[in-house]
Amino acid sequence: MNLATKDIRHNFGRFALTAVGIGMLLMVVMGMGGIYRGVVEDATLLIDRVGADLWIVQRDTRGPFAELSRVPANLVYRAAAVPGVQSSREFVYHTIQRQRDGQPLRIAVLGLSWPTDKGEWVPLMTGRPLGQSHYEMITDKTLGMSIGEQLNLGKETYTVVGTTSNMISSGGDGIAFVTVTDAQAIQFDTPGEAVRLERAARESRGEAFEQAIQQPMMLENAGRPTVQIPAIARPQISAVMVTLSHGANPNEVTKTISGWGDVSVYTAEGQRELLLKGSVEKVRKQIGLFRVLLTIIAAIIMALILYTLTLDKIHSIALLKLIGAPNTVILGLIMQQALILGIVGFGIAYLVGQQLFPKFPRRVIIANADLLELAGIVLAISVLSSMLGIWKAMKVSPNEALS
Amino acid sequence: MTSDSKAYAIEADGLTKIYGSGNTEVVAMRDASMNVKQGEVVALLGPSGSGKSTFLTAVGLINPPTSGRITIGGKLVLDGETAQTNLRSFRREHIGFIFQKSNLIPFLSAVENVQIAMELNGESKRSARSRAIELMDYLGVADRADNLPSMLSGGQQQRIAVARAIANRPSVILADEPTAALDGHRGRQVMELFAKVAHEQGAGVIVVTHDHRALDVFDTIYEMEDGLMHEHND
Ligand SMILES: Nc1ncnc2c1ncn2[C@@H]1O[C@H](COP(=O)(O)OP(=O)(O)OP(=O)(O)O)[C@@H](O)[C@H]1O
Ligand SMILES: [Mg+2]
Repeated sequence: MNLATKDIRHNFGRFALTAVGIGMLLMVVMGMGGIYRGVVEDATLLIDRVGADLWIVQRDTRGPFAELSRVPANLVYRAAAVPGVQSSREFVYHTIQRQRDGQPLRIAVLGLSWPTDKGEWVPLMTGRPLGQSHYEMITDKTLGMSIGEQLNLGKETYTVVGTTSNMISSGGDGIAFVTVTDAQAIQFDTPGEAVRLERAARESRGEAFEQAIQQPMMLENAGRPTVQIPAIARPQISAVMVTLSHGANPNEVTKTISGWGDVSVYTAEGQRELLLKGSVEKVRKQIGLFRVLLTIIAAIIMALILYTLTLDKIHSIALLKLIGAPNTVILGLIMQQALILGIVGFGIAYLVGQQLFPKFPRRVIIANADLLELAGIVLAISVLSSMLGIWKAMKVSPNEALS
Repeated sequence: MTSDSKAYAIEADGLTKIYGSGNTEVVAMRDASMNVKQGEVVALLGPSGSGKSTFLTAVGLINPPTSGRITIGGKLVLDGETAQTNLRSFRREHIGFIFQKSNLIPFLSAVENVQIAMELNGESKRSARSRAIELMDYLGVADRADNLPSMLSGGQQQRIAVARAIANRPSVILADEPTAALDGHRGRQVMELFAKVAHEQGAGVIVVTHDHRALDVFDTIYEMEDGLMHEHND
């Protein structure tokens, strides 16, 4: 006869409530792990999906995912000329915050190298990749836009032609894919008044410039649009992505490019590492410590509950000893209840989590390895936390059955 | 007293029990001795506080005496407070108890309370259950087999405790006012059951009782007074 389950049946309401409580606590522990996985996954998904072998970034920076990186747009052509490089693409990436229906809308704008890159690699939920060089975009579903919806950014109106999922910046903002030129237009959008002021500033600087006084033509130049003035650089891009040709030695190509004084080069794996070690590392520690704390709290609460469950049974335990039950029977009674509590709690955590986690604003990824690890931890704390109760039970004298 | 100790189920020799120490010291039992032959049914009488329960729990190996020796079935099991064997397994195999207040496990049904004693002693679940039902049937409580103790009357609980005590066919049965909660007829029936078990199995039985109506069932009557034990002779 199994005493543990008989006792549970007798005190079912209390036991069930306790199991739900433990389950909720374990669900939070599980969720914390899932949130961390989600952060890592979101942060690295773009690097993994975009399919670049090498990243060329501003010299001595850690790349556009870690900090601000600025390289000239023509770096694309220099990179393409390196032996072993099959193709190179611009990478333009920046986050903007706008207002939509009274709510702040944060968008990570990512430029695709039209026409070589139309966003075919982006996993689409609905719609299609970009079909023209301007005014179309593919948006992540977290931005809450559907096909055909329009959004004003800068001076232009962009139409959603496709939606994707799980394409999120490391800050957790949904990504909108547009062409590089559109991305730059959004980034460097200057109002007419700013243009006029800049032009006036150029003219007044020119008037103070001796050469301009001698050659009035130069002053006239200063008044022309920025794009027509050779002395003013074109808008810069964040980085250049390089795809190596089949069989090319990445080390060779890396060596060549790192010889250039204005840029640094990383492999995709290197970029990934930098990202994880940088911004994600602190999140990892934060969540990790929180998990440890929660696990300890769960263990303490379980120990207290099992202890009070044992206290309630002191008379029965004394009686069992009196009629000759060996210690293994009493130990088994408490230990089994601890394990049942742990296992049922874990089950509740898993089932409730499955329903609840998808409703979280950021992704919560429950990996099997994490589940297994948590199951191990739960077993361990079940056993450990029953110790207090077992210690108490072992001290009970059969005499107490008579009092 | 014969020299053949094998014929004795219980030999309690010079038991003294002192509770507490100093100012609060209580001598509950002074040099109490009693020998119970196999198949003998003994009644233990005495006023409240005279030490009857102290004697019974000492012989039951759950409340060791301060001094004195207890031998059960020819085996010395307690010498003063020192155990000469594993008392718990010895209790399980050889001793059946019924206590003043009913002592059932609250989360087990009536039949399970009887069953558990046999299962702990290695009996299979099935035969334990059928014997439990059989005993309960004899005691008139079979119809309450699946009730929890809290749903039973005091007398019914006491009868379940009796069934549990004799379930393992112990060589010693110790009962502390087992019939207090029973009416005269049921009380007598329980006493007769003890006598039957004693005679059929050769068990030694000690029953603490205040019920003078059923004294004819007993082979021997002892009386305790202020911790002292003496045989009662009318
Ligand atoms: N655990 C204890 N600590 C201190 N004194 C005790 C303890 N148990 C019993 N006593 C004392 O020992 C004496 C004998 O008690 P015992 O319970 O053996 O009496 P009893 O004959 O069974 O009485 P009753 O008929 O009322 O059950 C009493 O004076 C009692 O107060
Ligand atoms: Mg008493």
